[in-house]
Amino acid sequence: METSLKGWEIMSIVNYVHFEFPSLPENVSFARSCVGAFVSQLNCTLDDIEEIKLVVSEAVSNCIIHAYENRSDGKIEIIASLRDDRSLELTVKDYGKGIENLEQALQPSYSSDPNRMGLGFTFMKSFMDEMDISSQPQEGTSVLLKRNFLNRDRQAYA
Amino acid sequence: MDVEYKTVRNTLVVRVKGELDMLIADKMRQEIDRRLEENSIKNLIFNLEKVTFIDSSGLGVIIGRYKKVSAVSGRMFIVGAKNPVEKILHFSGINRLVPMYSSEQDIINL
Repeated sequence: METSLKGWEIMSIVNYVHFEFPSLPENVSFARSCVGAFVSQLNCTLDDIEEIKLVVSEAVSNCIIHAYENRSDGKIEIIASLRDDRSLELTVKDYGKGIENLEQALQPSYSSDPNRMGLGFTFMKSFMDEMDISSQPQEGTSVLLKRNFLNRDRQAYA
Repeated sequence: MDVEYKTVRNTLVVRVKGELDMLIADKMRQEIDRRLEENSIKNLIFNLEKVTFIDSSGLGVIIGRYKKVSAVSGRMFIVGAKNPVEKILHFSGINRLVPMYSSEQDIINL
C-alpha cells in the first residue's frame, strides 16, 4: 500500500479506512455498505450515499468479473479517505489480469461480456468528479475516484 | 435477496426483493431463461417494488431479458421501481425501451 499512500497530503485527511477482502460476489454488498457508512460522516445526502454505493459496487464487480474472471481467490483492496474540504478519495485495487485496452474499456456500452451493459465505468465517471485508472497487464488495476461534496452542494443550490 | 416467480398464462412475473447485484444476477438470469423456454412464455414483468439497490449487473439481467422477449415478439414491463432504483433505470436509458408502471395492477388494466 506504500505506493498509494505516497501521494497523500496527510495533513488534509480527516479520516480514512483501508480494507481488503477476497473476490467473492458476497463481498460486493459488504464493500459498498462499508464505504457508504463511512461516507455518511460527511453529512451528505442519502442520494449522495446511494451514488457512492453504486460506484463501489461497479468498481468491485469489475475486479471480480474482469480482473479475476470470477475466481474467488483474488485480493481486492479499498482505501477511502475523507478530507477537510469535504471530499472523498476512493481507491479500488486488484491484482488481476489488468485491462489490455483501456480506451476501449472506457467507452460507454462497451463490454467484453455480451451479458453485460458496459455501464460500470460510465457510472463511476458520472457520479464522481474525477476518475483515474492505472492498469498493468498481469499485475492488476487501480481505480482512483474523487468527489467533492461541497462543490456538489454549491451546484445544487446555485 | 429472494426472488419469486409466478406464471400467469403466457406471462412470467418476477418479483425481486432486496439488492440486485452480481451475487444474484447470474442465478436470476438462468432461472428466468429456463422458465421462458420451458413454458413457452412470451411476456415478462419485473416487479422491482421491493428492490432497494441495483447496479449494472442487475441492469444487465433486465436488458438481456428484454432482448430475448422482444425476439419472440413478447412484451416486457417493469413495475414498482422506486428511488434509488428508478433513478438508475432512467440513467441507463432502460426506461426508453421497457415501459415502467407503478403496480402490476396497472398492467392488468391495460
